[in-house]
Amino acid sequence: MFDLLGADRPLVAVLVPLAAAAAIRLLGRYPILRESCTFAAGVLTVALVVPMLPVVLDGGVIESSRLLLLPGVALHLRVDPLGLLFGLVASILWVITSVYSVGYMRAGAYPNQTGYFASFALCISATLGLAFAANLLTFFVFYEVLTLATYPLVAHNRTPEARAGGRKYLVYTLLAGQALLLAIVWTYSLGSGGEFRPGGLLPAETPTWTVVSLFVLFLAGVGVKAGIMPLHAWLPAAMVAPTPVSALLHAVAVVKAGAFGVLRIIGYVFGVDLLDTVGLDTLLAGTAAATILFGSIRALGETHLKRRLAYSTVSQLSYVVLGAALGSAAALAGAMFHIAAHGFTKITLFFCAGAIYTESHRDDVRQLGGLGRQMPITMTAFAIAAASLAGTPLLGGFISKWNLSLGALASGQGVFVAVLIVSGLLNLAYLFPIIYSAFFDAPYGEVGRERVMLTAPLVITASVVILLGVMPGIGVGFYQLAWSAAESVVGGPAAGGSP
Amino acid sequence: MSEHLPILIVICPLLAAVLVPLVARTSAGLARALTVLATAASLLFALAALRVVLDSGVWRYHLGGWAPPWGIEYVVDPLGGGMAVLVSLLATLVAIYAGPHLREFSSLRAAVFDSLFLLLVSGLLGITLTGDLFNLYVFLEISSLAAYALLASGGDRAVVATFRYVLIGTIAASFYLLGLGYLYALTGTLNMADLASRLPQVAPGSAVTVGVVLIVVGLAIKMAVFPLHGWMPDAYTYAPPPVTMFVAAVMSKVSAYALLRVLFFVLPAGEVVATARGVLSWVAAAGVLAGSILALAQTDVRRMLAYSSVGQMGYVVLGLAMGNVAALTGALLHVAGHAVAKGCLFGAIGSLSRQTVQVEIEGLAGAASRAPVMMAAFTVAALSLIGMPPTAGFFSKWYLLQGMIEGGAWVFAVVLLVSSLLSAVYFFRILERIYFSPAPASDPPPSRGPEHSWRLLGPVATLGAAVLLIGMFNGLLVTVVIRHALPDL
Repeated sequence: MFDLLGADRPLVAVLVPLAAAAAIRLLGRYPILRESCTFAAGVLTVALVVPMLPVVLDGGVIESSRLLLLPGVALHLRVDPLGLLFGLVASILWVITSVYSVGYMRAGAYPNQTGYFASFALCISATLGLAFAANLLTFFVFYEVLTLATYPLVAHNRTPEARAGGRKYLVYTLLAGQALLLAIVWTYSLGSGGEFRPGGLLPAETPTWTVVSLFVLFLAGVGVKAGIMPLHAWLPAAMVAPTPVSALLHAVAVVKAGAFGVLRIIGYVFGVDLLDTVGLDTLLAGTAAATILFGSIRALGETHLKRRLAYSTVSQLSYVVLGAALGSAAALAGAMFHIAAHGFTKITLFFCAGAIYTESHRDDVRQLGGLGRQMPITMTAFAIAAASLAGTPLLGGFISKWNLSLGALASGQGVFVAVLIVSGLLNLAYLFPIIYSAFFDAPYGEVGRERVMLTAPLVITASVVILLGVMPGIGVGFYQLAWSAAESVVGGPAAGGSP
Repeated sequence: MSEHLPILIVICPLLAAVLVPLVARTSAGLARALTVLATAASLLFALAALRVVLDSGVWRYHLGGWAPPWGIEYVVDPLGGGMAVLVSLLATLVAIYAGPHLREFSSLRAAVFDSLFLLLVSGLLGITLTGDLFNLYVFLEISSLAAYALLASGGDRAVVATFRYVLIGTIAASFYLLGLGYLYALTGTLNMADLASRLPQVAPGSAVTVGVVLIVVGLAIKMAVFPLHGWMPDAYTYAPPPVTMFVAAVMSKVSAYALLRVLFFVLPAGEVVATARGVLSWVAAAGVLAGSILALAQTDVRRMLAYSSVGQMGYVVLGLAMGNVAALTGALLHVAGHAVAKGCLFGAIGSLSRQTVQVEIEGLAGAASRAPVMMAAFTVAALSLIGMPPTAGFFSKWYLLQGMIEGGAWVFAVVLLVSSLLSAVYFFRILERIYFSPAPASDPPPSRGPEHSWRLLGPVATLGAAVLLIGMFNGLLVTVVIRHALPDL
């Protein structure tokens, strides 16, 4: 009935972390077995996802069996370029984060590690599920599971502050979930189903006011996780979570699920043409630009390192939203590539923040003096990632920015290029002083020695950031995936540049 | 014997109700076994009957061979059969669950308890299967009287709470009977099918209107539809745990079934019914919000769950009132999903506190470490009431939303979503206590935790699993059973 190693691989890729979550729960008493289980599941998941690449790059899709959810609507997974891009980022970074998590949680002797690793695996399962979802209902199911699975991680420390952060997270995401649900049921009731289709799925005769209302509901739904202003306030509050959670979930999986949702909804539910006709794209682009600048400015004002990074995430996520709103092939490709580029970049920064906290128990940016000599590997990686974030050529962040700028120019909206440039300068303004102080100021105090379990992951992610900038098409081919997804959305290969 | 299946479903618990006190004189254990066996037999018969009905259409069984309209007719259709399965399933699980609770009773009291419980089950099963409106009244009274006695067995406060329920419940039954009298006077028949064919020929007038209003109000009180819910929170809060578990899960659902049966299968579609449904929809929407808001204000877990039921029954009534295919599907799925989830919630809470009947929310601190499986089941059921995928509650909410949108009732769609958020607030408040708060240090570690007995754990875990299964396989449930259970629209 099922072809588990063939067409049903996407299903298996979702089930492996899910099974791992259950196994981790059962093995809670034996930390070694529990953590081996996390690694094994992580490696297995990557081994399942990466081989899908040749098929998808050749223009094919991998569709797994449909499991009936509602009469006429199935739990349906289909791997297309955009989904695979996100799935690859999430599964590869899960393995790396697992190593880091073990080092971090053990060094800090955190309680409830079983629940931590189990929730983490569940989050990855949900992330892969929504990345591969072929229709709106499947997307929603995994989107909500992701919300629930992240909640215990945010509140992990059990302190009143952590609980308040968790509550805030739930309030924002559950509210958004209801808006999204209404939008999805409404879409299904329009009669053309909810199957994602490049270029949009809404029936052609949908009245304008329906399109507008749906768009607002959808955007409210996915915009919370994507941190679009003014729906972003949960993200800095969620920084009370242990650092690996902030790193993988609040820099990659959860927030990118929101950004990914924006791309899915604009590219595969509405279609860029429809939005252009209704005139909603300009509105969204404006909001995204405002969020980009606002996030960076707020980041300047934060002295808590993780919160500063959180505001930086708010800003960077809107690069993706901006690209989706601009709607040209280059802009979309830039936005999609940014999921990978920002993912690797921001996770490096968070890994560094966590390593710094573990060795020195400092989380204030004014206390990082001299760390460059005390923790050279960590701070070098930090510098590389910071430069990538600002869009320095030869680093991953530049490629997305370049394509976004090309896209903005292609659609005659050069003002957004200025926004991107100003944002790059602001990025330098809030990250460069940290690096300067780390390398050139006198040491602030004693720190522990760098641990391999913490430095190895961040060296790997920093190297990927460089690789993505020098040879964006290498290895798992994020760049090709982004372009082929973007072209399918705008319909056929379109003019655009690549460095 | 198989041709008598419809009556066997009802007779089994009824016979056992008589036998249990007698058997208990020789062996209390045997009496308990008989209780469980009788409910399990009903479940098996109900499943068999439902299967026959799904294969070969509606099954009309004439009691004693007397043909209607003179004799009493039992009708098993997918709707009634499905309800019978639901009722007998919950009955079996609660019969097992009651064991450890009854150990504190004397053997005579335990036998009386079991006997009453079986009587209640028999009455509810009768309601789901009868094809006669007066017979329905009789079963309504049998089940209510048994329920009064069971609810009152929780101590002094339970007696006071139940007395209120007796008064209100009797008024409700009288309303129903009076309304039935009007319809009988107009048509001269009490058989549902017969009434359905004769009523359209009756000229619409105040007599029909009064009859319909009385019946609907009577059943609405029994369902504890807001603002007629006053009896319910106290009654649920002070009753012994197994009683609350069963009554909260099933009784209001059976009344909802009766309302559906009367509104869509007996009364002819027309102005009177349309108006009744219009009024019901606004009442239900108010109830959905009021129930959720009142639940927020409670500090006692069981009282909170009771108010949550007021809100959740509002979902069902809203679906009935909207009356299109999607909304009715949602209402029926919600009947099943909510019955299972509420049973699970009350069962899990009841197992924590056999000594004290009341459970403060604060008292749940650290419960997850004492009873991890119970609390996992509690969590799943709570998520279902909030409406999170992939639980049963999400999918019933989906169908209901679809029904509201197709019917153009945007206000009600928003009401459903707001209620979900309110439920999230009151449930996550509890879940946070259960999982994140440390257990109070002063508490001596219980020598025997709430999960020591499989009789407690088994039913609750089964219900928790059922919440997930009904959710994930709702497509199957809807296409195989619920689609066929809907009235012709």
